[in-house]
Amino acid sequence: MKVTFKIWRQEGPKDKGAIRDYEVDGLTEEMSFLEALDHLNELLVLKDEKVIAFEYDCREGICGQCGVFINGRAHGPHDNITTCQLHMRSFNDGDTIVVEPWRAASFPVIKDLVVDRSSLDRIIEQGAFISAKTGTAPEANAIPIPKEISGRAMDAAACIGCGACVATCKNSSAALFTSAKINHLNTLPQGKAEEHKRVAEMTFQMEIEGFGSCTFTGACEVECPEGISIINIAEMNARVTKSRIFG
Amino acid sequence: MTLDSKIPEGKLEDKWRNYQVKSRLINPANKKKLNIIVVGSGLSGAGAASTLAELGYDVKCFCYQDSARRAHSVAAQGGINAAKNYQHDGDSVYRMFYDTLKGGDFRSREANTYRLAELSAPLIDHFVQQGVPFAREYGGTLVNRSFGGVQVQRTFYARGQTGQQLLLAAYSQLYKMVRAKKVEMFPRSEMLDLVVIDGKAKGIIVRDLVTGELKRFAADAVVLATGGYSRVFRLSTLAIGCNGSALWKAHKKGALFGAPSFTQIHPTALPQSSEAQSKLTLMSESLRNDGRIWVPKQKDDLRKANEIPEDQRDYYLERRYPSYGNLAPRDIASRAAKERIDAGFGVGKLKNAVYLDFKHAIEKFGLETIKDRYGNLFTMYEKITGINAYKEPMQISPAAHFSMGGLWVDYELMTTIPGLYAIGECNFSDHGANRLGANSLLQASVDGYFILPNTINNYLASEIKTDHPTTDHPEFEKSEKETKAHIEQILTINGTKTVDHFHRELGKVMWQECAMSRNKSGLEKAITQIKTIRDQFWSDVKVTGHDKEMNTELEKALRLADFIELGILMCTDALEREESCGAHFREEFQTEDGEAVRVDKDYSYVSAWEYDNGNFNLHKEELEFEFVKPSVRSYK
Repeated sequence: MKVTFKIWRQEGPKDKGAIRDYEVDGLTEEMSFLEALDHLNELLVLKDEKVIAFEYDCREGICGQCGVFINGRAHGPHDNITTCQLHMRSFNDGDTIVVEPWRAASFPVIKDLVVDRSSLDRIIEQGAFISAKTGTAPEANAIPIPKEISGRAMDAAACIGCGACVATCKNSSAALFTSAKINHLNTLPQGKAEEHKRVAEMTFQMEIEGFGSCTFTGACEVECPEGISIINIAEMNARVTKSRIFG
Repeated sequence: MTLDSKIPEGKLEDKWRNYQVKSRLINPANKKKLNIIVVGSGLSGAGAASTLAELGYDVKCFCYQDSARRAHSVAAQGGINAAKNYQHDGDSVYRMFYDTLKGGDFRSREANTYRLAELSAPLIDHFVQQGVPFAREYGGTLVNRSFGGVQVQRTFYARGQTGQQLLLAAYSQLYKMVRAKKVEMFPRSEMLDLVVIDGKAKGIIVRDLVTGELKRFAADAVVLATGGYSRVFRLSTLAIGCNGSALWKAHKKGALFGAPSFTQIHPTALPQSSEAQSKLTLMSESLRNDGRIWVPKQKDDLRKANEIPEDQRDYYLERRYPSYGNLAPRDIASRAAKERIDAGFGVGKLKNAVYLDFKHAIEKFGLETIKDRYGNLFTMYEKITGINAYKEPMQISPAAHFSMGGLWVDYELMTTIPGLYAIGECNFSDHGANRLGANSLLQASVDGYFILPNTINNYLASEIKTDHPTTDHPEFEKSEKETKAHIEQILTINGTKTVDHFHRELGKVMWQECAMSRNKSGLEKAITQIKTIRDQFWSDVKVTGHDKEMNTELEKALRLADFIELGILMCTDALEREESCGAHFREEFQTEDGEAVRVDKDYSYVSAWEYDNGNFNLHKEELEFEFVKPSVRSYK
């Protein structure tokens, strides 16, 4: 299999960057997309060129570290998967594949396809936790949590923090990410004590980081590898109102 | 060197309490003055960093990923064990302790293993409090399922994403302490050396992976929480960035390496499909609760799985191990799969897999129930292979997975270098020669949250009075200079082969000779081969770019240089141990029907290796079984 990659190269945060073309032969359908990039990097080394910087770690769709724009879509042509789960069988021999980093003001490019997503960590820092110290926990079954409640919390908690929702949103909004975490914790009885403070502080931080507002286009949920629904955003907005009244 | 395991006195169930009663304490005002470095932000690292910070210590936490939330604990699917006995099925701390000790084929310490089981129940309480959405019954109580090597239901889970949910809880708690300014977090930072001053661990040298700058950090104690090193096989279930470098640097600075060759080969990963493959994805062991493993009875059967009638299928685990069946422990299930594949009964394109079939479970419980239990695993399987496993069986194959081996630690989780601790997968402590499923998340968490925060004070109490280390000490100077030279050496070779080329070569040798089945001549040959790979690497590797920038190729090269040396030690250890125990299966030591033969009279010890200028000296920690009599492990 032979394809032409058009890949964004950028030396550092202050460089302008540009798309460069790479014709790559010797690929197979079984290869994952990232393995195809590995293959290209080996060829570049042998040609005495610098490798393309791109991110990955677990390569099984759960760590959230990988993530690039492929032919104009976050994580490539399929709905609800990560870049590492994309395989070359999704492309045809002779295809041209355009690869770019996440584009969002709050995710500055570090190098090539690598961006800085620490803004998401800073949202977490503002209250995405339950303020209880190690060693203070009551018996686990002391507070029953009905299956549907824990199931709903789990649906939201599944977020892998990849940032595809931000990257694909025309407003670069982090509303899906933030709402998923808020709803995970605020749905559970353990999270109730700090529910209003959490909503207020996390959404405030989201704005400080420069993420845009949500205009409900639904683009995010299409790309979310965990299929987290935009209903979460509506729920978050209700919680914001509630926290302003009762918080 | 005599190895003092520091096991406290008393009855098995009193040891941990007796330890805590006598351990030295530090008053809150003094804790503020003490700095601790934690390397790694997985379950053990984040758990330790947040808990130590809550106690009042000043903590710096490092990880190579872009965020603490990526650490590979995130990928554990199936669950976490705890002796809660919620299912009323006869479970107890003692039974869990015994299962773990037996699962490890009696090659771990009784006292450590008992403590693991003892602290499991409060750990579930802790994670529920931190907001982990564990699976629940309709009435709101917690659900359990079974895992391999066990006949009770003691595994707690959050769909097929248990590791992710536990890690995110730990990450949240960590960031709570970042906000409180008690933890300083350093992502995209890789430890490249340990600094030892007057025989004590006092700091680390770190490479900033964005700028390439080498930085010095001093502390009163250093905690390694760097996970497993099975990427030495290249193809493994681990994240691509997982490495053994921090351990290896510590080993070279004097920390003894315990049972390095004890590696778990997981029976249910996705098979390799091409040479270019970078990773083998794990399918949770929990699938073996309802899935049945089989191969065709007929060799080279080219029919599709669904076309092979029942009487022509060999459910070989159920046949060989009727009492545990598909839930036989991992080492046994992997070897049994290898045996069938090697004998020519393998399935799939490359004949390197076996079937894991849910047909009967779907007939019995209905599609909805199976979807509810394993839905995300089936989805993941389809994403990767393009196959719908509700309609035809999964194809699975053994893959390198967990490192039971790691830095040798005593009961306090301290290595042989005072002030250097190793927690979680990177130590050798509780699992012996084989780890039971769902005990990994448990050990990582218990080490980080409960044990280390109660033992580190015993050392730090005496460090209050000594001068706090500073980074202008000559030892920091020396370490940084050596690290710099090491990097420059790699960059100047400018040979003709890529880093991945050498990693593939190393992986092939390790998988062939030091994985599921080992023998003397193979291991001897492997050591020679790896030494050749080492020499070729240092004369012919090519790394482009420079060291003052983000250079992912250089990162890989630095990790591989350490893996190569570690590979030699692993083969050396496997060669020395002339018995079969747990995951360590020496072909010379087996019964007529292929079961492992343990040699307790000669090998009932933990091997602890000392680095000696490229050679390795063996030290032994004899295992004393005071409370349990080691038996022949049988799952038949």
